[in-house]
Amino acid sequence: MEMLPFILATVFTAATPLLIAALGEHVTERAGVLNLGVEGMMIVGAATGFAAAVLTDSSVFGIFAGALAGMALSAVFALMVLVFATNQVATGLALTIMGLGLAGLIGQGFVGQPRAALPPVQIPLLSEIPVLGKALFTGDFVFFLSLALIGLVAWGLNRTRFGLLLRAVGENHGSAHALGLPVKRIRLVAILFGGLLAGLAGAYLSLIYTRFWSPGMSAGRGWIALALVVFAGGHVWRLVLGAYLFGGITVAQLHAQAGAIGLPSQFLSALPYLMTIAALLFLSISGRKGAGAAGSLGQPFVPER
Amino acid sequence: MSFNIALVPRREISLVRQMLTPFLALVVALLIGGLIVWLMGRSPVKAFDVFLREPLTDPWALQEVLLKSTPLMLISIGLIFCFRANRWNIGAEGQFLLGGILGGGVAIATHGMAGPWILPLMMLAGALGGMLYAAIPAVLRNRFGISEILTSLMLVYVAELLLDYLVRGPWRDPKGFNFPQSVPFSDAAQLQPLFEGGRLHAGFVLALLAVLVAILVFRRSLFGFAVKASGEAPRAANFAGFNEMRITLVVFLISGALAGLAGMIEVSGQVGQLRPGFGQGLGFTAIIVAFLGRLSPVGAMLSSFVIAVLLIGAESAQVSLKLPFDLTRFFMGMLLITVLAGESLNRYRLEFRREAA
Repeated sequence: MEMLPFILATVFTAATPLLIAALGEHVTERAGVLNLGVEGMMIVGAATGFAAAVLTDSSVFGIFAGALAGMALSAVFALMVLVFATNQVATGLALTIMGLGLAGLIGQGFVGQPRAALPPVQIPLLSEIPVLGKALFTGDFVFFLSLALIGLVAWGLNRTRFGLLLRAVGENHGSAHALGLPVKRIRLVAILFGGLLAGLAGAYLSLIYTRFWSPGMSAGRGWIALALVVFAGGHVWRLVLGAYLFGGITVAQLHAQAGAIGLPSQFLSALPYLMTIAALLFLSISGRKGAGAAGSLGQPFVPER
Repeated sequence: MSFNIALVPRREISLVRQMLTPFLALVVALLIGGLIVWLMGRSPVKAFDVFLREPLTDPWALQEVLLKSTPLMLISIGLIFCFRANRWNIGAEGQFLLGGILGGGVAIATHGMAGPWILPLMMLAGALGGMLYAAIPAVLRNRFGISEILTSLMLVYVAELLLDYLVRGPWRDPKGFNFPQSVPFSDAAQLQPLFEGGRLHAGFVLALLAVLVAILVFRRSLFGFAVKASGEAPRAANFAGFNEMRITLVVFLISGALAGLAGMIEVSGQVGQLRPGFGQGLGFTAIIVAFLGRLSPVGAMLSSFVIAVLLIGAESAQVSLKLPFDLTRFFMGMLLITVLAGESLNRYRLEFRREAA
């Protein structure tokens, strides 16, 4: 039982970047935009965040810098798909390729430098609860921020006027435009929010999860976040569940490798990717095929005058 | 402030404009790349010299360019079938690796043997490996409605880990000083140079053949028409009786087979053994090649040469100018973006409007 809070805490740490990136992409996709650049924005956030943290000797500053870097990259995507109405799949892919290179350039001088851990935040009283208290109410500030973001996204999308407009734009951009809604402006906000969160998720990876920078360290997490959004099918709670499930798989896989259970380590490393496919398959077999995606998702928007 | 830039469709698109767009996109990307080099405190003029002139003037480098263009050409020709049909196979890298693994597997199994049947068998195994690997996302899409984008991409990571497992485990060269690599292939399992003293092998000829076949398929065959129709007007294609699912499966099988063949050619003609990282991201670069070539077979062939020049230039720039390869990766992503913007400006005219919000 002594191990339990520790294990839970590592599960949360592994799940948090997935959760944050997926929340951002969820908002983007609700607005009808498919941004496949999550992996690229994430790794640029990781590199920029780490570099900024070393240069200013402040991990907190680094985390914000990483988030802003993700947003800057998403602005390029927004320019392309909103102004030039380019194909979203190809543009997102370009963003990822570009981001992987850019992150390598930014992180060049910082490979292998370690960073100290952030001081943990403890919620008074609640963190005293035996077993669960320590896992749930002690953590880094971004973990608590991610919990707040769950609430913000759920509330913002479902309970505010802006959320309603955003979903309307995503469901049918033609009708939304005919109603006089500023389709592109709303999408711009959604894309930038997605970029901000992808960058934040990346900075979390390099400054809190591993606490060092190495090229390619996002290792497909951006793509898994994209799969989580599909898995969520429009429901934020399913997205949260999926992210923590994946965090659990990641940690279990690491423990299994350390415990040498006789399976080759590469097989265990492949589990998150195979589980992603399995999760999408499960979703389909359980009869929710294609449900939940915004109606105009991925389609370029060129209004007629 | 409001968006006061609107896209106005062009009534007709001149052929000159269509031909010119990729060149302009390339020039814009190169200028931005030069700016980045300058910002990094290096001379852009020197960089252009190493990236663009040297590979084209040095005969040794020219041969390397053709070698590098071989996998790019094969993979991108296959991808054109997918992208034209609006199917998104972005996992060509994984199919390329599987082709190399299965082709290389034959070479390892027949190690020490000789005979003219070994290379064709390896090619068959390579193409089959890529084809079967590409069939997974196609079947998942057809049977279960799962987005082929995510599944094909996830399988790239799985393929990398499979290769890593094989060359560190069962296929590791017992005499390889514990390096993660297979035995060096026998001569009979290696594509031999086409001419004495050179390095260019028959893989290049196969790539040109693939271009030729693709031209014929798109221009002359009903299948080529069905692919284009399914991409441009899926509903109309359905009414015309083209089976949507069969098109998905076939375009994936074609692109998988070509990527797999490219993988086999890479390990047999270039590397000479299996080792991690032989993919070099060529499967992703080929996506850029396909778009730079405007999804046409001839275009893909020409842009394979262009991208190969840049890749060879990048290799020597790493040594001579200490410019990191990440710069090239960044450039490739940026090039895809300028190409896509160029395509958009082909179809639409930008109109700047001054209007109240």
